[in-house]
Amino acid sequence: MFLIHCPYCAEHREEDEFHAVGQAHLPRPPDPDAMTDEQWGDYLYFRKNPRGEHRELWVHAAGCRKYFNVARNTQTYEIYATYKVGDTLDLGDDPQAGATGSALNRRSG
Amino acid sequence: MLNAHQLRLQQKNRLDSGGRIERDKPLSFLFADRRLMGYAGDTLASALLANGVDVVGRSFKYSRARGIMTAGVEEPNAILQTGATESTQTPNIKATEQSLYEGLVCRPVNGWPSVNTDVMSVLGRLGGALMSPGFYYKTFMWPKSQWETYEKFIRRAAGLGRSPTLPDADRYDHMHHHVDVMVVGAGPAGLMAALSAARQGARVLLADERSEAGGSLLFSRDSIEGKPAMEWVADVVTELDASDSVTRLARSTVTGYHDHNFLTISERRSDHLGDRAPAHMSRQRLHKVRAGSVVLATGAHERPLVFANNDLPGCMLASSVSHYIQRFAVVPGTQLVVMTSNDSAYQAAFDWVDAGRKLVAIVDTRRDPDGAVTQMARQRGMTLITGSALIEARGRHRVSGAVVSPINAAATFVTGELRLLPCDTIATSGGWSPVVHLSCHTGSRPVWSDEKLGFVPGSTSEARFCAGAINGTLSLDQCLAEGVHAGSEAATAAHHLSSDRIMKIPASASGQEDVCAAMPVFLVPHTLPSSRAPKQFVDMQNDVTAAGIQMSTQEGFESIEHVKRYTALGFGTDQGKTGNVNGMAIVAHALGKTLAETGTTVFRPNYTPVSFGVVAGASTDLLFDPQRFTPMHAWHLQRGAVFENVGQWKRPLYFPQGDESMAQAIVREQLATRNGVGILDASTLGKIDIQGRDAREFLGRVYTNAWAKLAPGRCRYGLMCGEDGMIMDDGVTSCLAQNHFLMTTTTGGAAHVLSWLEIYQQTEWPELEVFFNSVTDHWATMSIAGPDSRNLLATLTDLDLSAESFGFMDWREATVAGIPARIFRISFTGDLSYEINVPAHYGLALWEALFEAGAAFGLTPYGTETMHVLRAEKGFIIVGQDTDGSMTPYDMNHGWAVANNKEFSFIGKRGMNRSDCLRTDRKQLVGLMTTDPSALLPEGAQAVRDPAEPIPMTMVGHVTSSYHSAFLGRRIAMAVIKDGLQRMGEKVYFPLAGGELVEAVICDPVFVDPQGIRQKA
Ligand SMILES: [Zn+2]
Repeated sequence: MFLIHCPYCAEHREEDEFHAVGQAHLPRPPDPDAMTDEQWGDYLYFRKNPRGEHRELWVHAAGCRKYFNVARNTQTYEIYATYKVGDTLDLGDDPQAGATGSALNRRSG
Repeated sequence: MLNAHQLRLQQKNRLDSGGRIERDKPLSFLFADRRLMGYAGDTLASALLANGVDVVGRSFKYSRARGIMTAGVEEPNAILQTGATESTQTPNIKATEQSLYEGLVCRPVNGWPSVNTDVMSVLGRLGGALMSPGFYYKTFMWPKSQWETYEKFIRRAAGLGRSPTLPDADRYDHMHHHVDVMVVGAGPAGLMAALSAARQGARVLLADERSEAGGSLLFSRDSIEGKPAMEWVADVVTELDASDSVTRLARSTVTGYHDHNFLTISERRSDHLGDRAPAHMSRQRLHKVRAGSVVLATGAHERPLVFANNDLPGCMLASSVSHYIQRFAVVPGTQLVVMTSNDSAYQAAFDWVDAGRKLVAIVDTRRDPDGAVTQMARQRGMTLITGSALIEARGRHRVSGAVVSPINAAATFVTGELRLLPCDTIATSGGWSPVVHLSCHTGSRPVWSDEKLGFVPGSTSEARFCAGAINGTLSLDQCLAEGVHAGSEAATAAHHLSSDRIMKIPASASGQEDVCAAMPVFLVPHTLPSSRAPKQFVDMQNDVTAAGIQMSTQEGFESIEHVKRYTALGFGTDQGKTGNVNGMAIVAHALGKTLAETGTTVFRPNYTPVSFGVVAGASTDLLFDPQRFTPMHAWHLQRGAVFENVGQWKRPLYFPQGDESMAQAIVREQLATRNGVGILDASTLGKIDIQGRDAREFLGRVYTNAWAKLAPGRCRYGLMCGEDGMIMDDGVTSCLAQNHFLMTTTTGGAAHVLSWLEIYQQTEWPELEVFFNSVTDHWATMSIAGPDSRNLLATLTDLDLSAESFGFMDWREATVAGIPARIFRISFTGDLSYEINVPAHYGLALWEALFEAGAAFGLTPYGTETMHVLRAEKGFIIVGQDTDGSMTPYDMNHGWAVANNKEFSFIGKRGMNRSDCLRTDRKQLVGLMTTDPSALLPEGAQAVRDPAEPIPMTMVGHVTSSYHSAFLGRRIAMAVIKDGLQRMGEKVYFPLAGGELVEAVICDPVFVDPQGIRQKA
């Protein structure tokens, strides 16, 4: 059960209020009609499944209903950061360095 | 009522004084239909032992007699079924955890037909050959067809209790906590952690599984700060309970430690009060805790030593013998042999002798134990047998003797002569296993410590601290110190930094005593190899033996995880509490590896069994799965509607009159609507209010058809696809004003469509200014349909209803029966039809007004079944029935609803134009007319072109909708058939499961009024 900081509500809330949507930063191609079937298939169906740092899109479904990005570790379940749609986040080589991973940091975030 | 003397007589193992029991509160209880007595303060286990009950159950696989082995949550044998009535039956209750109350009823779970004579024990005595590891896989998997027979036998023979057949009569609830520091365990380390964190200003939650705080101090004879240990505990508890920032929970087991310091606690609020919870309180409560930091002070479980016949009743953990004597004034026997590999078991010998019972000997596996306790045993004249082991217990239903022999220094073989010591109780200690279960729940692997002779918690990314015996720390002074430090660190981590308030560390009397190092012993040798010696049990609950584990490694299982699954070591409710480390050491030894190399299996939630009741809490029945009612629901009920569930909605399926059957009712409803006027409650349709400068552009992107020119006052059917080009939802959207639309969705798709619109607006096209609001529940919707619907509506509104001023696919604002309404001239029946929306609170009033005026027209209410037939007569699809997520608009012959010329590449366009979607031989929506007009063509029936083709036949499609049309006087169907649009007039065949063959002709799915004259009337 995650404790997730909604960047719009600016609060930590229980995972119950959120839904995970899938991999983040997958913009809809600007000209779908110009794409081959294979390219379109890649866009629709092919996703990363990393062990370690991952970027996901979540929605505060039972809260503000806003979609936002989550940088988290799929192995330790640490959440490094959450940030708004349209923003980017560079965690560098050492995600932990800027992480809000432990509960105590999450509390101050 | 028994008098005091009789009570004493019955409890032959109860001491005259001492213990934390209330002798003036005797309690009677039933064990296997025998009336026994105990006292307030007893556990069920201590009361059974006081009464001299040796056998409390039969073992899982071998059906061997088993007695109480421990005094706590780690108990593998004394698992009982409690409950005086059917609705209070509770399986899987550990006698060591259940407090005694007046009238408690319990019975063994495995004793079939009774605990003392058990037919399964015949199987058990046949022994290893029949019941080898992997027994179930090997024996019962073949022949597969017999599994159901075997399973019944196994379940009856080897169950761990039974479920009640009546609903639980008690209430359960949930509570949430947000605290700075969660402390798990109220032993010496946990108490200190809670106190130091609280003194530092943190909000603290302290939970302990027992009825009283104190942990190991409950049965210790130590003193702290010059006070007897339990007096010191009472003082600490008083301070904690007086503090506003501390919440202390007793009888509360932390069962799960989840990500981000989220913990679940199962509190048994009234299980100790009686068979039923008192009327004013819940039986159990699930606490859901989010903590800034966590202190695990979960202690350690004593490891039994594994020797031959070590499961005989009378074999116990050394510390539990002390526990029963000190806490309950119960001495569980008369003549004791202690076997130990460390100092801690000597306490049991001292307690035993001080209770006036006979100590036969202390058998110490170490050559030259020289700690303070060994010296004291010598001073007290106790018989000490060193460098030796108790290799086998003798006895039938209870220990009657112990075979003792010298062993080598590595404890791997027997070196001298055997001696038989008569005794009825054997207390063993193989050291202490830290309770690392919770520390594993978040994915952290425990680490083996050669120094501590146990697995200690591994590293974690959570703000988690450990204190006391969980770290392998056994000295009381050290545990107190670790508690103080962990509490302070946890408070600091949770931002309570006032370090000047860090408390002084209390000192205990035992702090200065000399300790002799423990010796690693995980399997006591026998004169025979394990495979031929009497059974040496490692995991009592799952009947796993040393020989079984060794055999599994011989059969090629090398990973500890595989051995676990093959032998069932650490399975079930036991979770390896007493047996895991011994079992893993035996695996390691058999493989020639170290324990650090083989590692351990990890533990998962829950730490102990959790009742379904407490998991559900108050979320049962309607609070678990709510029902949604339309504003006209009361009317439907009164009219005797038969309802169907559509998601959470209750929708009338049909409205029977008198003793009409469903078939008769829907024929009447159909004809009344087609020939006069009918009314449908359509309030459940999803409704989304869409506004904003770019609302129209947005609709054009999410719908497949065009929206640029839809004028205010007009409505349009819209089709929505996913990016894969497959139909996702449909509905009518109306233009309320230039930048304001009302979208309707399918009843089941409403929530998904709203999320769909939101995600595209927020993540793909944030530049579009458009807002969505679900208004499904804001409006009551009723659809009047049929040739008389205009005449009926005219009696209730001044609006000009002529086709010239209010045409098909128009909407108007008007008052109907004096109620402000939106009227949409849209039709899902193919007949003249008006869909009237009024604010939900007016719904019933308008519905009733329509019936008052409708009497003259024979207004007939119809349900969803008639709605389905009428729409099928017009070939209208239902998304999710006629489509299945693999159908494009073209497949549904809805190409007319796709505007490929739109500037923006709308959602679904690219997908539906994939080469595979453009094949002309895809399954396509068509109508079907059976050659026999009354032939029943079931939905889902598979179509073939050649009924003579041998099996497997080539299937070319299936029926999606099939009804009896009262208006046409025959059956009609819709189907998806390969290349169906090019095959109008061709025959297809449907071989049914019963052997019949149904013949049908492919036709246009619009069976009624293909020109659309009726709906445009
Ligand atoms: Zn939010």
